[in-house]
Amino acid sequence: MKKKFQFLLVLILCTRLNAVNDNLIISDSFPSKLSEFGFFLDDSAQVPHENVIPYELISTLFSDYSYKQRWVYVPGGKQAKYEENWVFNFPVGSALIKTFYYPVDERDPELGMNLLETRLLLRKENGWEAVSYAWNEEQNEAFKKIAGKTINVSWTDFMGNDRDVRYRVPNVNQCKECHAAKDKITPIGPKARNLNKKFDFKEGEFNQLTYWMNRQIIDDYPMELVSPVDWTDENENINDRVRSYLDVNCGHCHSPTGNANSTGLYLHLDETRKIHLGLYKKPVATGRGSGGLKYSIVPGKPDESILLHRMISLDPGVMMPESGRALSHTEAVEMVREWIMVMED
Amino acid sequence: MLFSTHFQAKEIIIGPGENAQEDLQEALILMSEGDTLLIKSGYYLFEDGLSLDVDDVTVIGEGMNETVLDFKNQQSGAQGFLVTSNGVTLKDFAILDAKGDALKVIGSKGINMINLRTEWTGGPKSTNGAYGFYPVESEDVLIDGCVAIGASDAGIYVGQSKNIIVRNSIAQYNVAGIEIENSYYADVYNNLASHNTGGILIFDLPDLPQQGGHHIRVFDNKSVDNDTDNFAPEGNIVGEVPRGTGIIIMANSDVEVFNNVMSGNGTVNLSIVSYSDETDDPNYYPHPRRIQIHNNTYGPGGFDPDVETGDLAKALFEISEGNMPDIFWDGVVPVSQMIFGQPKEDKLKVDENRDVSFLTISPIKYMLGFSNPVRTEKKEFKGVINPLEPIVIDGI
Repeated sequence: MKKKFQFLLVLILCTRLNAVNDNLIISDSFPSKLSEFGFFLDDSAQVPHENVIPYELISTLFSDYSYKQRWVYVPGGKQAKYEENWVFNFPVGSALIKTFYYPVDERDPELGMNLLETRLLLRKENGWEAVSYAWNEEQNEAFKKIAGKTINVSWTDFMGNDRDVRYRVPNVNQCKECHAAKDKITPIGPKARNLNKKFDFKEGEFNQLTYWMNRQIIDDYPMELVSPVDWTDENENINDRVRSYLDVNCGHCHSPTGNANSTGLYLHLDETRKIHLGLYKKPVATGRGSGGLKYSIVPGKPDESILLHRMISLDPGVMMPESGRALSHTEAVEMVREWIMVMED
Repeated sequence: MLFSTHFQAKEIIIGPGENAQEDLQEALILMSEGDTLLIKSGYYLFEDGLSLDVDDVTVIGEGMNETVLDFKNQQSGAQGFLVTSNGVTLKDFAILDAKGDALKVIGSKGINMINLRTEWTGGPKSTNGAYGFYPVESEDVLIDGCVAIGASDAGIYVGQSKNIIVRNSIAQYNVAGIEIENSYYADVYNNLASHNTGGILIFDLPDLPQQGGHHIRVFDNKSVDNDTDNFAPEGNIVGEVPRGTGIIIMANSDVEVFNNVMSGNGTVNLSIVSYSDETDDPNYYPHPRRIQIHNNTYGPGGFDPDVETGDLAKALFEISEGNMPDIFWDGVVPVSQMIFGQPKEDKLKVDENRDVSFLTISPIKYMLGFSNPVRTEKKEFKGVINPLEPIVIDGI
């Protein structure tokens, strides 16, 4: 009896010690260290707590070739509610966790990775708040960075080339530049349609939405979902691939409710009007961003299209997106080039 | 960083130093309503853009020549300083050589820009940023006592905004000195626009969330010696503005232009034109209406028309046979009005001295090849001026 009790006590203590700190998620301030939240059993190895569930998105934002690992946490007994065409409505106390890293060598995962930052979106009483934690050089702790941080990082790519980048950890305001709708901070990624894919969980491979239902962190999702295509999938139609890419990379600002709505250029998935998609659309307040070109998109003429020019540029006064990119996304540029090339008037 | 508490509101002080960029950005994030952030005089060199998203705060320097924020080494951020919150006062500092726009304000209600300077220090270049002062989608906008130099689009640009005062400011060596675009209710007065390509532009463009610009008063300004070649990158609407234009009104309604001095503008001192490019936007009205021009002073103009840039100077030079007027109206109205005439209340009113020259075209005669489609008599445009209401911003 006594022994059993001791065992139970140890179990409770362990669980306690390993629990995600729910109070910190909803607290008014952010702790200075990421580990205080308890999202990870092993922070530097990025081993998550059992209730911190990994996920992937079908199409993702380009961030200078960095890799991203995502997790969702919903506090015990609560559920996120399904919203049509929007992200799940997560309950207070939820957290979306995203770690950015580069593998030392893309050809050999065994060589390890350089953790850069872990961004958090925390669902507080009054809405979402964003904060980022930058990893120290020892890679054993990440510290809160209100004003952002510059990290010079290098890695070896799939071709064996040495690459480097001046990586910027965004400040809180820059988080909001993308993660805003009607002036409130909001998650962008976890829409049902964007989660509708298989993932290799530790219990096996499942559709993510099915898994989330089984774990009871969402209340529902529709059987019929029109999901964006994976833009890297060359078997898909090029128009669908490009629209999926533009939606996730540009559409959060370039939409009628986004930060760039004053431009009249709308690149979210639902836009169908040609002029607002950029066809023969003149620049408005573009300045030298136009690169001396007359229209956002000239069908058949990628090199006369401002949209492509600004995707290629590395000049902070010209490049798009405005934040979060210091390198050109060669593969996407090639795809968009082909898309414009074959586009009809 | 020093925080001193006075009642609830704090004053935060930032001085020059190695960590100034991070300290300043952190202070801009952590300050709360009612706080004042003082940036001590000195030279600050930044690698990343700054941003402010806190309501009801003041950011103040120690003078537009004393507190200098220099962005010539900027590596990230599309503008020098970005403001996205309400009730903000920015005062007494300078933003130099930003890679994109110098000071951009998006969606703010209540933004005061006072005694600030934005400048590209290498002179007019197409590689300069587009806008010095760039409030957009904002309401209750004050630009007072500011200086804007070298922007490759407009020194002071107010876009898609409401309730605006631009006064006591200087815009020089920009493509456009001061531009009010797709905006409602603006007073532009007591400013100096000189050595730009065009001095003051009141524009409206299609396919945008806010259009139908109207109720703009332009008075007591000097738009003189706008003699800088157009250096805007091609593709931008201001790229079509010819060197030497004093004031242009395009596709707005209810604009009153009075008591200004326009002089030394080599193409034309004042022009009133329609938006001339094709557009399928059914909600867009491309013609100016209810424009009132009175009591302005005109010095030399039209002596060096820039026929190389855009269509305006070239067309005007041909039509006037080189005899460039002080005031030009392109005369373009909807087709039905060409035939049946404009509604009386929409008509242009010009009440100027006898010696002020005027020219307009009858487009229908022009298109049909009449030998004399031109009218230069401004008597028929004389009418009773209905002054527009002044703009009032609460608390200003």
